[in-house]
Amino acid sequence: MLGDPLFRNGVDWGDFAVMGVKVVVAFVLLLVATMFMVWFERKFIADMQNRIGPNVAGPWGILQTFADGVKFFFKEDLRPANADPLVFRLAPYISAVTAFLAFSIVPIGGVFRDGEADTGTVTLFGKVTYLQVADPPIGILLLLAVSSIAVYGVMLAGWSSGSKYPLLGSVRASAQAISYEAALGMSVVAVVLLAGSLSTHDITAGQAGGVRTWYVLSAGIVPFVIFLIAATAELNRPPFDLVEAEQELVGGFHTEYSSIRFALFFLAEFMNVVTMSAIMVTLFFGGPAGPVLFGMTWFWPTVWFFAKVLVFLAMFIWFRATLPRLRYDQLMNLGWKVLIPLALGWLLVRATILQVDEGTIDPVIAIIVGILAAGACFLLFTAALTAGDRAYERDQALQEQALQEQALQERAVQDQALQERAVQEQAVQEREGSR
Amino acid sequence: MVAQNIIFGFIASIVALSAFRTVTTRNIVHAALYLVAVLAGLGALYVMLTAEFVATTQFLVYIGAVMVLFLFGIMLTRAPLGHLDDLTGKQWPVALGVATTLGAVLIYALVDAFHAAELPTDPVIYRTADVGDSVFSTYLIPFEAVSVLLLAALIGAVVLARKD
Repeated sequence: MLGDPLFRNGVDWGDFAVMGVKVVVAFVLLLVATMFMVWFERKFIADMQNRIGPNVAGPWGILQTFADGVKFFFKEDLRPANADPLVFRLAPYISAVTAFLAFSIVPIGGVFRDGEADTGTVTLFGKVTYLQVADPPIGILLLLAVSSIAVYGVMLAGWSSGSKYPLLGSVRASAQAISYEAALGMSVVAVVLLAGSLSTHDITAGQAGGVRTWYVLSAGIVPFVIFLIAATAELNRPPFDLVEAEQELVGGFHTEYSSIRFALFFLAEFMNVVTMSAIMVTLFFGGPAGPVLFGMTWFWPTVWFFAKVLVFLAMFIWFRATLPRLRYDQLMNLGWKVLIPLALGWLLVRATILQVDEGTIDPVIAIIVGILAAGACFLLFTAALTAGDRAYERDQALQEQALQEQALQERAVQDQALQERAVQEQAVQEREGSR
Repeated sequence: MVAQNIIFGFIASIVALSAFRTVTTRNIVHAALYLVAVLAGLGALYVMLTAEFVATTQFLVYIGAVMVLFLFGIMLTRAPLGHLDDLTGKQWPVALGVATTLGAVLIYALVDAFHAAELPTDPVIYRTADVGDSVFSTYLIPFEAVSVLLLAALIGAVVLARKD
């Protein structure tokens, strides 16, 4: 925390100016980045599929998103007759506002030096400040809270549309979001453990000592992989896009939305992709850390930050172009049976290594107890899983048996009916023959 | 302090109004949403008390998980749009009595305990780190007891939900 977070010594115009500039810059930056992301996704995926993609509006079609946005403004705003009017109008705003809020904790620049107390500061209007809209002490928890509120947008949109496909989409969305939020949170804990702080600024400052100190390496690669998978699921991006699986659900939760309300959902979705990429860079890849190549020292961190974000954006598009969609049971199995146990186990391992490094635990004891505990946990876990699978198979077998019996009975009834009819026909023929 | 009082009054009135609408509205999803407003208002009050960790936990757990599960349950079963006439049960006068009594007892306890005590103008701020330290040192045993209780509840739910 910097200076006087609660403004106990009063507020002057400098504080207002700093806050206003930061908010406006972050807003515009995120909006432009989102527009660019939509164009980038269409163009990049077109390249991967040997198409040209948008190429009419502006050079390389770069104004296509802008043109689409303007078009959305002039379309009719439709609302289904039996939709819930208030909630139907509220839902897109929840999505859009939460998408904006999450970006506020990302430090987008500032020269961070290893071991300095108040590093990464800039001076604006005579005030020393960080290059992020807010640096709340709860930091990364704010991201988790905001992303758990973002579910409401999708959920309420699906419910209030008053039609079947959106409802199914929103039921899927809420189940998916709850399942993967746990894994997302637990993978962050390993980073928080090493940084010793929840604040995104402190997490970034902890990675200022070169690539070796970036948490993707020093926390082990596991939390990053878990975070990446869970974040993709939270974003409803392929291969986790069951929420809007167009082959099954038309458009999912936004089927009934049109014009600017649909555009808000669309915007929120891509904005969340940008935000999550930025969060991943902040948590695991040192945020704005990078070498100063020439001239202006304050300028390079921001360049490095956006370069790293761009890599993640490209990766999300690459996922979409390559990976087939998961089935619903595969999604749930991956979340509950793989990611959450893995995140918990890795957290224990990393915490033990940290304690051994600090010399509070004897390494030999740690290894012996660790192996024993890991073995016991593994046995218990597999036992639980096999018991579950067996119960499921038994249920399936029982159901199948019941179905077969039903089919046999039906066939018996049919056979009897056929026989009776044959007897009747024979009788008729005999009567006709005798006549 | 004036600004704080005004904001407190504003948030508190929203909370009270939403709580009232939670029990009076005839639409079950609206009732859940009013409950979300109540919980969010309480979170805002925690922020005003500089209890940032409690406030975030309020949002994360109650709004982000509990209420989402409520709505998930509603949508998985009936998800009715529009008004339900049988949403208010026959026992509502009894419930009103219980609620009034509970409210009276709580108000009496609060007034009796604090009388006209004023909040210190320069309070000690307990940061998230302090909360974590005290949970894992002073209050370790209650904390573990609560987690065992939650585990028992979880297993109980599985046992109840499974047929075999």
